[in-house]
Amino acid sequence: MTNQSATPHTWRDRISAGWEAIVSRRWLLTVLLVIGFALSFLIPRFGLINPYVQLVMMYVGINIILATSLNLVNGFMGEFSVGHAGFMAVGAYVSALLSMRVIPANLAAWLFPLSILAGGAAAALIGLIVAVPSFRTRGDYLAIVTLAFNMIVKSVIENIDAIGGPRGIPGIPKLTTMPWVFGCMVLAVWMMRNLVYSNFGRGVLSIREDEIASDLMSVNTRQVKLIGFMVSSFFAGVAGALFAHLLQFISPRVFDILKSTDILIMVYLGGIGSIAGSILGATIFTILLEVLRPLGYFRFVLMPLLLIFLMLYRPRGIMGLREFRWFIPGYELFASKVWREKREVSDAPAS
Amino acid sequence: MDYILQQSLNALQLGSIYALIALGYTMVYGILTMINFAHGDLFMVGAFFCFIVATFLKLSFIPTLLISMIGVALLGVAIERVAYRPLRQAPRVSAVITALGVGILLESVMLVIFPYPQSVPTLLPNITWTIGGVTISLLQVIIICLSIGLMLLLDFIVRRTMVGMAMRAISWDKVIVPLMGVPLNLIISVTFALGTSLGAAAGVMYSQAFPVIDPYMGVLIGWKAFISAVVGGIGNIRGAMIGGFILGAVEIMVVAFFPSTYRDFVAFTLLLVLLIFRPYGILGQPRPQKV
Amino acid sequence: MLLQAKHVTHYFGGLCAVSDFNLEVQKGELIGIIGPNGAGKTTVFNLITGVYKATQGSIQFEGQELVGRKPNEITTLGIARTFQNIRLFKELSVLNNVRIAAYSQTNYNPLEALLHAGRFNSAEQKDIDTAMDLLAVFQMDNFADEASKNLPYGLQRRLEIARAMATKPKLLLLDEPAAGINPNEIVQLMEFIQWIRRQFDLTIILIEHQMRLVMNICERIKVLDFGATIAEGFPIEIQHNPKVMEAYLGEGGEL
Repeated sequence: MTNQSATPHTWRDRISAGWEAIVSRRWLLTVLLVIGFALSFLIPRFGLINPYVQLVMMYVGINIILATSLNLVNGFMGEFSVGHAGFMAVGAYVSALLSMRVIPANLAAWLFPLSILAGGAAAALIGLIVAVPSFRTRGDYLAIVTLAFNMIVKSVIENIDAIGGPRGIPGIPKLTTMPWVFGCMVLAVWMMRNLVYSNFGRGVLSIREDEIASDLMSVNTRQVKLIGFMVSSFFAGVAGALFAHLLQFISPRVFDILKSTDILIMVYLGGIGSIAGSILGATIFTILLEVLRPLGYFRFVLMPLLLIFLMLYRPRGIMGLREFRWFIPGYELFASKVWREKREVSDAPAS
Repeated sequence: MDYILQQSLNALQLGSIYALIALGYTMVYGILTMINFAHGDLFMVGAFFCFIVATFLKLSFIPTLLISMIGVALLGVAIERVAYRPLRQAPRVSAVITALGVGILLESVMLVIFPYPQSVPTLLPNITWTIGGVTISLLQVIIICLSIGLMLLLDFIVRRTMVGMAMRAISWDKVIVPLMGVPLNLIISVTFALGTSLGAAAGVMYSQAFPVIDPYMGVLIGWKAFISAVVGGIGNIRGAMIGGFILGAVEIMVVAFFPSTYRDFVAFTLLLVLLIFRPYGILGQPRPQKV
Repeated sequence: MLLQAKHVTHYFGGLCAVSDFNLEVQKGELIGIIGPNGAGKTTVFNLITGVYKATQGSIQFEGQELVGRKPNEITTLGIARTFQNIRLFKELSVLNNVRIAAYSQTNYNPLEALLHAGRFNSAEQKDIDTAMDLLAVFQMDNFADEASKNLPYGLQRRLEIARAMATKPKLLLLDEPAAGINPNEIVQLMEFIQWIRRQFDLTIILIEHQMRLVMNICERIKVLDFGATIAEGFPIEIQHNPKVMEAYLGEGGEL
């Protein structure tokens, strides 16, 4: 009993020391990625995990792409886009139609990357159209534009019989496998991280902080918004393509506003303006929904309650505006330190 | 000609329901600059209140309406107290996400209680009149008149009473106005009570016109009402009414002349076109950005 | 002639915020704009920097017309400014605040940014060094990794100027640099302004309420009241101008 007051302290110390040791070893990330990629081949090959869990893992990967790409616009740029599923739908339909109708069946598996890219590119093109209104309006009005966009996409698909109309497209080949999901996820997260830590990424951040000041500090906000929206919608399209070839069936209803809401929850659960947050948010959200499945409808009560409590006690989400150190490029993390060392070297002969 | 008149009547009916819900969005936005995404679901709760009261208490239309309005108003005030008030100083988007969460929570709770769509008993006698080829039902008359009456009442409250003046003052400044002795929290609660009770009234009337209700009925209608509010200029009460009627009219007219599946497409495209030309809605004014 | 504003007039709705504003600035000058609250001083800055588009008139910078250009283009041409109430990128680090202002000086394209390839790495390294060097000039290199919202007020003001300098301006517009600074620090501020002017070979226009500051360091002064220019000239002339006294102190006042 008497020891108890001291124990948690040392425990906490030990944990934080351990954490520090993990975080400061940046090569661990590379090792984990290599292991992860190897596992993504080995797991399905040797059936190491039951197929249901494999499926959930793939959904986690897809959701990570979705959450990170939405975070780029909502968290980093500070806009409020609520129609992310619309971009996903474009990617899903374009890639599904490509693999089913354009690419010969025997080549579909080989040309899958092409159909993913096409899905992403189509979504990015549409993203361009949504970016234009963002030049003039922001905040709630932009939210409406994205919302209307989501509903228009759904409505357009419903009205084209050639692509299944409201019935959707069944029988899409199951081309999405674990290595594909893992590879796409890593690439997507890596590229979005790269963008964030670049001139354009800093432009994106400055729009969130103060758009007028950013304009007056020479940031070409239009260019930045175009890039931000296009990259975000591109990866939403990629996620849509993976999703379509995993579920093997898509219909307009799959991509309605409720799907967009799910992605929003992942982003704000994990934390705005943080890549680690999006990964965390998507993972927690997806796994929790599956774990709570035995509860039936009650899990749908628990999820929003969780979100509300999180917002009340941590309004910026789990990671809000903080980043896991592994994800920050080394030169950025140590920028001032490196500069100081350099200066000491150049000053040394003089003094 | 009769056809057009008949459709205009339908448009008026749908428009009044959109307008009533849109008012709730616009009032909350006006006073807190926050989109209350749970509002569409409060509309749904209103319909379910109507279902419960009419089925189990077997009351007639007016008491059912009143009970639903009061019940939902209390719920709305409670939601503001528990979920939104603590976030007033937090980043604006946190409150919006919380509202989204509250909306989903309401849907889910209703889903747990009523897993299957429910059928609302008819509370009004099925009387119709035919005037020169146009058929009007008692329900339509009540929906249109009651909505317009409620809107006029709200407009009166906001423009002519002390509470309304306080609401308008707070919507301009939440720091100075309370220093002048205006009870901020009370006024915000009153705003929520008024806005949500109008949503509930819309829910009751909607459930009379379309008697099969389910927990997700508020999602699409809620978003559409929100769009009406934006079209009218969010934060502007008269704008919300105009926006609601415009959206109702557009939807009915699209259905009247095109396949009904084009409805959402045309409605939302029109919205986007309108926002390109009037980025702040019909009656909305951009608040000057201070540099 | 560095900057020339001719007959600049601006209306907000029906309200005339600035009427027939004329200004000629030679390279290297330090000019003050003074006037009571609401006289239209900040509006003049907003018109020059493109936040507002002048209803009438022309503003030329090194012979190029500014009216109709977007703020970021104008800044890139060489006009930087600070704000009356500090507008830093609050959540971002001091270093990033400065680097953002160097936006237009980067030469890699979005694809290189997405892949961190090509010209990216060398450009980024150079950027960091330039920004850190600039912070060092302002003696703020020790705060580089601090979030700018955590800086004390005085340093936030200084960072705003450092950030403006990162855009490599020829003309610097200072909007009430002495706001919130206590009277004892005014002398320091005056020295600081003189120092950046020499250090960066700048032309400066400043808006200020602190008469002591304006009268001491400005070479020419322009007085605005209700959007109209009521006087201009050397500090000594302005001090004895009856119209100025009236605008500031009411009739019969004295500065």
